[in-house]
Amino acid sequence: MIKRMNHPAWFFTPYVLLFSMFIVIPVLMAIGLSFTYFNTIETPEYIGLRNYIELFTRDEVFMQHVLPNTVKFAFIVGPVGYMLSFLLAWMLAQIPHRPRTIFAIILYSPSMTAGIAMAVLWRVVFSGDQTGYLNAMMLNWGLIQEPIQFLTSPNYLMNIMIIVSLWSSMGVGFLAMLAGILNIDQYLYEAAYMDGMKNRWQEIFYITIPSMKPQMLFGAVMAVVATFTVGYIGVQLSGANPTPQYAGQLMVNHIEDFGFIRFLMGYASAVSVLLLIIIYTISKGTFSLLGERD
Amino acid sequence: MAKFSGMKINPKRYHRSQLKFFLFLIPMSMFIGLPILFIFSHAFKPSNELYAFPPRFLVRVPTLQNFIDLVNFAGDGGVPFSRYLFNSVVVAVLGVFLSIMVTTLAAYGLSKLKFRGRKVMFEINTLALMFVPIAVTIPRYITIARLGLIDTYWVLVLPLIALPVGLFLVKQFIDQTPNELIESAKIDGASEMEVFLKIIFPIIAPAVATVAILSFQIIWNDPVGPNLYIDDESMKTLPFYFQTLAAQVGGPGATGGAGGAAAQGNPVAGQGMLAAASMIQFVPNLLLFIFLQSKVINTMAHSGIK
Repeated sequence: MIKRMNHPAWFFTPYVLLFSMFIVIPVLMAIGLSFTYFNTIETPEYIGLRNYIELFTRDEVFMQHVLPNTVKFAFIVGPVGYMLSFLLAWMLAQIPHRPRTIFAIILYSPSMTAGIAMAVLWRVVFSGDQTGYLNAMMLNWGLIQEPIQFLTSPNYLMNIMIIVSLWSSMGVGFLAMLAGILNIDQYLYEAAYMDGMKNRWQEIFYITIPSMKPQMLFGAVMAVVATFTVGYIGVQLSGANPTPQYAGQLMVNHIEDFGFIRFLMGYASAVSVLLLIIIYTISKGTFSLLGERD
Repeated sequence: MAKFSGMKINPKRYHRSQLKFFLFLIPMSMFIGLPILFIFSHAFKPSNELYAFPPRFLVRVPTLQNFIDLVNFAGDGGVPFSRYLFNSVVVAVLGVFLSIMVTTLAAYGLSKLKFRGRKVMFEINTLALMFVPIAVTIPRYITIARLGLIDTYWVLVLPLIALPVGLFLVKQFIDQTPNELIESAKIDGASEMEVFLKIIFPIIAPAVATVAILSFQIIWNDPVGPNLYIDDESMKTLPFYFQTLAAQVGGPGATGGAGGAAAQGNPVAGQGMLAAASMIQFVPNLLLFIFLQSKVINTMAHSGIK
């Protein structure tokens, strides 16, 4: 039997089947449903672009909170997390193997804490009473008179989400960049210095980044995806969807709010489609920023 | 020639020029690592330490009480803890195994087989790297319901098997393997499948390890499957139990809705149980990564998007 398995179908059927069922079809279905009114009980009713029009003109929560929050969150966490990953990888590549391995494990481990572990951990740190670590510390030092409601106060929630997300941003992309730097031929640097390269900055921009551009691109995609996935943390930290005064409400939470709490699936699908478009656009934008084709 | 003073990649030993990196890396990894250390420390704290003021970072009198509470609390709800654990382990093992099979097969096809549409397929998969599952939770649910998969073990596994990142990494890795190896085996009469099983699979172990880690993390941590696709309490997995627990006992800092629930539960025991739960959720990921990290780094060297 195995002796006659030459056709590509033997290799692709399982993957293509699963890929279609759980990625392609849902995406297509989201696009389709976004043009309907669908409350999960009646059959979807075609309403054209009305969901999108409402999203941009009627949905005050979306325009005033969700979209600005998402933009702010993404434009801080994405680039800063990405640059931090590169910087740390760059430093790690220049120290010996053993300490590098230990540091790499420590730096990567936050990206493995998902859901409950992450929420429990940070809720203890930022807890709104005196047993919260941050509050206890500040009370102890006399910086504040009474505990601050970090997680339920709209003033703090977003910043805490950004800190927690940055904390966990050294993920797969970070490992890829580390491996990329380690693989650069040492000789390139020596040659460049003989040709008159003067400092570390030139090194990074003329040798390091161009030599590992493929890993940089991979890291960028991973950073974008991680940014939009981890955004869910706001609901877990504050313990409520919607988050207090929508302070930490991002698009993923808005989708859940409309889809699974209000059962307006058509509308939620329109938000999903918009989110996918945003992610795609940002990834492509990053590619051209990094100079994909040279 | 003057002594080379620029970037020195992968140095063999410590040199004082590396001091500046250590001066940055040590505080940085302390900031990043302390919360991780805290997961362990907190899980073993007795209740008087959990609520001590001022709170202490490290546990002084370690106890297993939190884990015992965690296990007993599940029993009170009708489904024993061992059942959740069993489900989680079965689903993770099955999922990782299938994910490796499905992904490596397709990766070999994309890398070494010649057929029409190969390029397009790879492009689609690269596009799917940007796919964020959480964005299409709803249509995914509808698809799964239509397929009649609700309330089966399969539903906890199947949606998470086809990993675009996994396929991408393995494909790039297989690209590095020499074609001569494959050609000579084919001259001896081996089929593509035989080449894959006997020659390629054994030499792509690092990439396989990487897929294993990635898919384990996704499956082991997945709260969506047991929440949405499973009604039967006895088929749910640990992430679901932990989430329910968090909602029932109310985490620290939770107020409003969750705080009201906390009044019914026991918030003191609750925090201890949640800490123990976090540790159970986190530790398998960490151990797997520690054991396989060198293989992962090796795979990542070929991870570039070209």
